[in-house]
Amino acid sequence: MRTAFIETLCELAAADERIVLVCGDLGYSVLEVFARRFPDRYLNAGVAEANMTGVAAGLAMTGRVVFTYSIANFPVIRCLEQVRNDVCYHGLDVKIVAVGGGLAYGPQGYTHHGVEDLAVMRVLPGMTVVAPGDPVEARLATRAVVRQAGPCYLRLGKAGETVVHQSEPPFAIGRAIPMRDGSDVTLISTGGVLALVAGAADALGRQGIRARVLSMPCVAPLDQEAVERAAAETPLVVTVEEHGAGGLASAVAEVLAARPSAARLLPLRLERRAIQVADDQATLRSAQGLSVEGITEAVSRALARRA
Amino acid sequence: MDWRKPSTGIGSVATNSALELSRRLRRHALRMVHAAKSSHIGTCLSMADILAVLYDGVLNVRPAEPQWPGRDRLVVSKGHGAAIVYAALAERGFFPVTELDRYCRDGSPLTGHINSHVPGVDAATGALGHGLGIACGLALGARRSGAGWRAFTILSDGELDEGSIWEAVLFAPHHRLDNLVAIVDYNKIQSFGRVSDVLELEPLAAKWRAFNWGVRELDGHDHDALRAALTALPIEPGRPSVLIAHTVKGKGVPFMEDDLLWHYRSPSDAELAAALAAVSGGEKAGAP
Repeated sequence: MRTAFIETLCELAAADERIVLVCGDLGYSVLEVFARRFPDRYLNAGVAEANMTGVAAGLAMTGRVVFTYSIANFPVIRCLEQVRNDVCYHGLDVKIVAVGGGLAYGPQGYTHHGVEDLAVMRVLPGMTVVAPGDPVEARLATRAVVRQAGPCYLRLGKAGETVVHQSEPPFAIGRAIPMRDGSDVTLISTGGVLALVAGAADALGRQGIRARVLSMPCVAPLDQEAVERAAAETPLVVTVEEHGAGGLASAVAEVLAARPSAARLLPLRLERRAIQVADDQATLRSAQGLSVEGITEAVSRALARRA
Repeated sequence: MDWRKPSTGIGSVATNSALELSRRLRRHALRMVHAAKSSHIGTCLSMADILAVLYDGVLNVRPAEPQWPGRDRLVVSKGHGAAIVYAALAERGFFPVTELDRYCRDGSPLTGHINSHVPGVDAATGALGHGLGIACGLALGARRSGAGWRAFTILSDGELDEGSIWEAVLFAPHHRLDNLVAIVDYNKIQSFGRVSDVLELEPLAAKWRAFNWGVRELDGHDHDALRAALTALPIEPGRPSVLIAHTVKGKGVPFMEDDLLWHYRSPSDAELAAALAAVSGGEKAGAP
């Protein structure tokens, strides 16, 4: 996803002189291509995320579209007050990019697990929150956040994610991407677990369970209409995210709670507990049910209970 | 509020001195915090002279066109000094002076910490440690656009405790932002007591020098010294400038001077009358 991001950003920057990239001394072997092509529009702010974000705000006040870039929590939580006051309050065109969202930096430990970011960012005023599901969505999301006025948060994976979309789907901020239709259950996916959700839908299909799949790259604003339709048309709504409390499941629950609906919500997400051991992303995900098998089993169990 | 109405303030700088402006700002700020029963009068009075000199011909701004792209930017990072900043903007003609009566009240944009939804305010502040980073971004933006305007910021001494300030202090000289000017309102008192007791900043000038800034120390209430420094910028070519302005919290009102109490307390009716008389410098404490 980072490659898709930086390639797309270079394309956009070639056509739009307002685009500036500021990093917090991270992005080695990723950002050089931008820095070489646009030296006047690239800046390494050093290991100083609070100042990086303040500087980005100041630059945006001069009419620029400023991307800040770092790993997992560093451009988000480390400098949260700068994001809130300097960027959001002024409604500035600052686009915050975190690579390694979720457990992409699994073995590196809890400091590098971006598992609260969606919750934190989606409550900020005017903040658009996008977590693309694969490199194709990452490309589309990068274009979309430049078009979208105001603060945006782009949560990327790392590298080597499975390409789920065989062609470019229609992509708009605040809109779900329908992946397949079904009437037994709706699976709503955000971020890098999209390939797992697609795999689970296949597995459920082999059991005779027809799953609707919505890719929901945009957590804020959420596609309420798509959620309401899912709740009206399928008896079970399942959210899947590589994130703890407060993310997609909470956003969907807010919609469901506000409308009369018979549909039940099954949130598949990480526990609100810091992971204290080293392991690869797939293993850490699986340990908390975020695997094709885990999702498949949880859904069929929930449907069986209902029946 | 009709922000476009012409000001009843001093308007043109040519006809009024910074000294008279500083008196008016002090009177406004005292009335505002009294009427709103709000705090932070000490910090307002401590930067009254800095603001008066800045808005008396130093800052290149157009009150009738607050968003004029060529204007000098001012980020007042010590956002709790909002009352006197609004007073300066009103006096300078950015909005009617009568609006100051609604400070902290009645759905006014004049919030107790500086609000960017007020004409003439370049950045909202209030959480300490934010202004210098924003000012760095502004200065860098001007530099990279080839624009000639400058970015000013006023910092409190207490906020120099914030780590984010020192990130920015490191950043600005590296990028040779000689269009950036920081003014430290060094009144030596922060919210729980003396700076030297809470978290010592000294040797303060040496710290900035060590970070490669052009540094000048001065009396932050001496208009001639302020004007001389603010019209001879940058202090050193190729470097950002910092004026360490030695000030007195509550300056101008003897019973408020150098007293932590006036970080919090709002003056009573009698105290207001005495304070207005004191800051009027022997003139009648009538309407500002």
